[in-house]
Amino acid sequence: MSVTPSSALRPAVDSNPLATGSSPLAIGLLLIALILVPFVSSEYVTQVIVMPVLILGLAGLGLNLLTGYTGQISLGAGGFMAVGAYATYALAVHGGIQFFPLAIVLAGVITAAVGWVFGLPSVRIKGFYVMVTSLAAQFFFEWLFLKFPWFYNFGDVPTISLPPMSLFGFDVDGSYVVRYYFTLSLVVVLTWMASNLISSHVGRNWMAIRDMDTAAGVIGIDSKKYKSLAFAISAFYLGIAGALWGFIFLGTTSIGSFQIDRSFQILFIIIIGGMSSIRGNYIGAAFIFLLPLVIDHAAKTFVGDMVSPGFLSNLQKFLFGVLIIVFLIKEPDGIDKLLRQLTARLWRRTPTKKDNERGAQSEPNR
Amino acid sequence: MGKHLLSLGAAAAIATSAFLSTSVVPTAPAQAESMTQYVPLFVYRTGPYASSGSLWFAGERDYFTFINEVEGGVNGVKFDIEEFETEYNPDRAVEAYERAKGGKDGSPTAFIMTHSTPATYALMDRAREDKIPLFDPAGGPSESKNGLVFPYVFPLLLTFYGQGSVAVNFIAEEMGGFENLKDKKIVTVYHDSGYGRASQPVMAELAKKYGFIDVQIPVAHPGSEQAAIWRQVRAEKPDYVVLRTWGVMTPVALKTAKRFGIDTSKMLGDVWAGSKADMIPAGDAAIGYKAIAPYPGGTDFGVHAKVKEHVLDTGKTNLANPDEDFGAVYYNIGLVNAALAVEGMRVAMKKFGNRPLTGEEMLWGLEHMTIDADRLEELGMTGLLQQLKVTPYDHEGGGAARIQEWNGNGWTLVSDWIEVDDSVVDPLIEAKAAAYAAEQGIVPRTVE
Amino acid sequence: MTLFIETLIGGLLAGTMYSLVAIGFVLIFKASGVFNYSQGALLLFSALTLVTFLELGLAFWLAVIVTIVVMIALSIAIERVVLRPLANRNVMTLFMATLGLSFVIEGAAQGLMGSEVRLLDIGLQDNPLFWGDILISEFDLIVAGGATVLVIALALFFSKTRIGISLRAVADDTASAQSIGININRIWQIVWAVAAVVGMVSGMVWGARQGVAFALSLVVLKALPVLIIGGFTSIMGAIVGGLLIGAGEALAETYIGPLVGGGISPWFAYLVALIFLFIRPVGLFGEYKVERV
Repeated sequence: MSVTPSSALRPAVDSNPLATGSSPLAIGLLLIALILVPFVSSEYVTQVIVMPVLILGLAGLGLNLLTGYTGQISLGAGGFMAVGAYATYALAVHGGIQFFPLAIVLAGVITAAVGWVFGLPSVRIKGFYVMVTSLAAQFFFEWLFLKFPWFYNFGDVPTISLPPMSLFGFDVDGSYVVRYYFTLSLVVVLTWMASNLISSHVGRNWMAIRDMDTAAGVIGIDSKKYKSLAFAISAFYLGIAGALWGFIFLGTTSIGSFQIDRSFQILFIIIIGGMSSIRGNYIGAAFIFLLPLVIDHAAKTFVGDMVSPGFLSNLQKFLFGVLIIVFLIKEPDGIDKLLRQLTARLWRRTPTKKDNERGAQSEPNR
Repeated sequence: MGKHLLSLGAAAAIATSAFLSTSVVPTAPAQAESMTQYVPLFVYRTGPYASSGSLWFAGERDYFTFINEVEGGVNGVKFDIEEFETEYNPDRAVEAYERAKGGKDGSPTAFIMTHSTPATYALMDRAREDKIPLFDPAGGPSESKNGLVFPYVFPLLLTFYGQGSVAVNFIAEEMGGFENLKDKKIVTVYHDSGYGRASQPVMAELAKKYGFIDVQIPVAHPGSEQAAIWRQVRAEKPDYVVLRTWGVMTPVALKTAKRFGIDTSKMLGDVWAGSKADMIPAGDAAIGYKAIAPYPGGTDFGVHAKVKEHVLDTGKTNLANPDEDFGAVYYNIGLVNAALAVEGMRVAMKKFGNRPLTGEEMLWGLEHMTIDADRLEELGMTGLLQQLKVTPYDHEGGGAARIQEWNGNGWTLVSDWIEVDDSVVDPLIEAKAAAYAAEQGIVPRTVE
Repeated sequence: MTLFIETLIGGLLAGTMYSLVAIGFVLIFKASGVFNYSQGALLLFSALTLVTFLELGLAFWLAVIVTIVVMIALSIAIERVVLRPLANRNVMTLFMATLGLSFVIEGAAQGLMGSEVRLLDIGLQDNPLFWGDILISEFDLIVAGGATVLVIALALFFSKTRIGISLRAVADDTASAQSIGININRIWQIVWAVAAVVGMVSGMVWGARQGVAFALSLVVLKALPVLIIGGFTSIMGAIVGGLLIGAGEALAETYIGPLVGGGISPWFAYLVALIFLFIRPVGLFGEYKVERV
């Protein structure tokens, strides 16, 4: 079967970065809404719904830079998140850094270096084989962080929990409101940086590599350099997301939080949300994180008393799988695209020239 | 631009509706009005460890059903049980915890059964803040036996350190005394995780004390192929083998051990490597294998007659196959855990009144719980549960286990209660607890 | 030296069990370009079905036949409901769909047939055999024999039967195969059914060893490095890859493991695969494709 992964990966969504961003006004309104969350909703919604969705969205963004924009499939997202979390812990415990924001940024840089190393084979290989390299990374990290007690400060048990650390004068373990705003501001800054990066020449070269690796080389793009860069920057984002997940959301974590299921989850997020879309990551994260909760709630409400709990648990798993498949069949380009079409329909207008171009571009994949 | 606005609006609408549908779950705890006690159970009825978990949760639910139906609740307060599926994943336990901690329908959450050591670790800090006791008998961090540093964690009955100590005491008994342990080799094959390693410090300490050689060999999860491991074990020529395995790792270990000619009668499993679910797939290879049992298997205990009459025979059991699994080790674990919770509530109610309890009240109850021989007899748990005295200083409360042997169809008890050697274990626990308190900046509380 | 030979032989024999799982992947990838993550779930489903029918009192051969029928029906359903609507979508979408499918199958299998561990007795004893000082597992030996028979049967199926030949035609060139009137949907159904039956055999073997329960579905992770080494499109590659990984893992756990604290088998296979990627990126038996601008 002649499927060339690099070309088949090309997403249907417009690769023009400007089209994937939203207008300043919309972004402003969304930001205000996010800032208001702790005031207008409960502790539960703030720290167990919105916060993890933001963090997973950030991880999705990291993976999307590599997979969506540069066309390199990775199943190692969980592993790189682990590197970020364990690096933060090592910097705090072994490195004596007391200021959490510094530790987390340095951890991101360390993860970027690790990502760069693991990206080296990708210069020679393509498609599924890159995916397997990333799987190798995933399993290697799972083993590494379990095996060497240095990574969890020689405890009996390989779980890590930060010592008291400062977060702009607050304690990291302190109020969820502080942790929420820290997460939000980091996510906003990093997202803004990513969107600038994508519209720069770096982003354009990534997309050229994604769309036609060999041709990109012919027109003089140093594909080695840009692929390595994509691995490093993607890892930077994933590392920071991992540290946030481990210490800001969970508090106490272990390698169990970053196993292969996490990698699948992040991949689901970008596929459901939309490849090569920035806001798609956050929409996808919301969908993937909330879906099991909604199913749980619905199942308990509607069939909870009629079936055994064992059956109910499995039914939820079954439904999650069904919804994923239905979604892939009905909307292959992600929720982002769906929303675009919905709004276009709401405005009762014919598609603009731009939309038509998008449609035309998506044809080869259908 | 309007288009973008609208699409954002749509996104917000999706998100908001999702919030609404989930945020109705946690409600503020309004005290006292309700006469039910809300109990969240964190379960894994699907995923790799479902085969062990399902029986455990069934035991708990059957006991709660028994209390509700036959005794009309605990002093009139009935249980309202809600399950949260976690697939044994601590991250999902965190989400479930946040949903459950606020209580339900006016009842506060008095305690949470985590059913998982990793989940207990993940929830420790939150539980301390929210003042909700975490119930993890024969699991959790060993050092949480120290209730001054870990007020809200209850590794009741037997900590992991204790399990190591009981194992060595039993092996010494088998060999005819502690003096015979000298220069003997005890190989521990363990699940490469926090759980599997948790007894290593105590084994190392005991090896020093008695002069035996302590060899530790890890098996990576899930452990479906262990030939290389057991070849190593055989090369070590062990005098005794201890299994700290979990899930599918246990039957594969037994089968592979047999293939490599390791004497099954010289193999001893810990609490979590000793259930019928682990023995059945191993077939003949499991005959003669022994396991530590703070709660042994079997249906001959008084409580079983009561539960059978009022829960099984009335069709209210939570077991999928009551004929096969009634009295299984994991089922009995469930019965005992639920009974401990009920006893803790009774103690607390004497002080605070017959109404649904808060976490703090439950803490008081658990820390003043004494179960003596008479009480065991009343509960129908003589021989199934050890005598227990829990205090703020000692969250283990017991510290003993029996040894059971698999005969191909079921477990037979081959020892009475074997006590933990506290002179070795307690200093280790104190040191660990102190180190934890220092690292996390916790000031141990003082009690009256 | 004895230890080395014993470890090597034991590893090679265990490797045939990895090969069995990998063959299921290769069949589907070769014919449809789908990287089928749900192979592990299919394996679990078939083993659970078999055990369930055995528990109902069916004779062993009858239970096997009934299970095969169930698996064929399931394969046809998967093709109709999941694959056909996704035809011609990109490979990632198809991969994710099979991930979703694995949730569906696992949920259905455990929900309908229970999550407790079951004993699957296929009549094989796991007794040690000695050849000089060298210990060999009787079980592994018989399984290796069985795997050989299965592979020969598959080879005959593909080279001698009409269906097998059209299957190869589809694998080589989908468009041309369609133009000469081969019903591609039917071919996919057949391939999935064959893969499901291979999955059943692996399920029986692994199930007999570790009991039939959810953990069976995790053996897929063992098969991925086998595929890299052997190539995604070659059955021969899957066999050789499986043997290599089996032997490599056993030797590494014995000789390298103690040096670094053990428990290295989950990632060691991937490390071998990684080295292979550098030397021969398409795997031992994969085909290089000429890429044109």
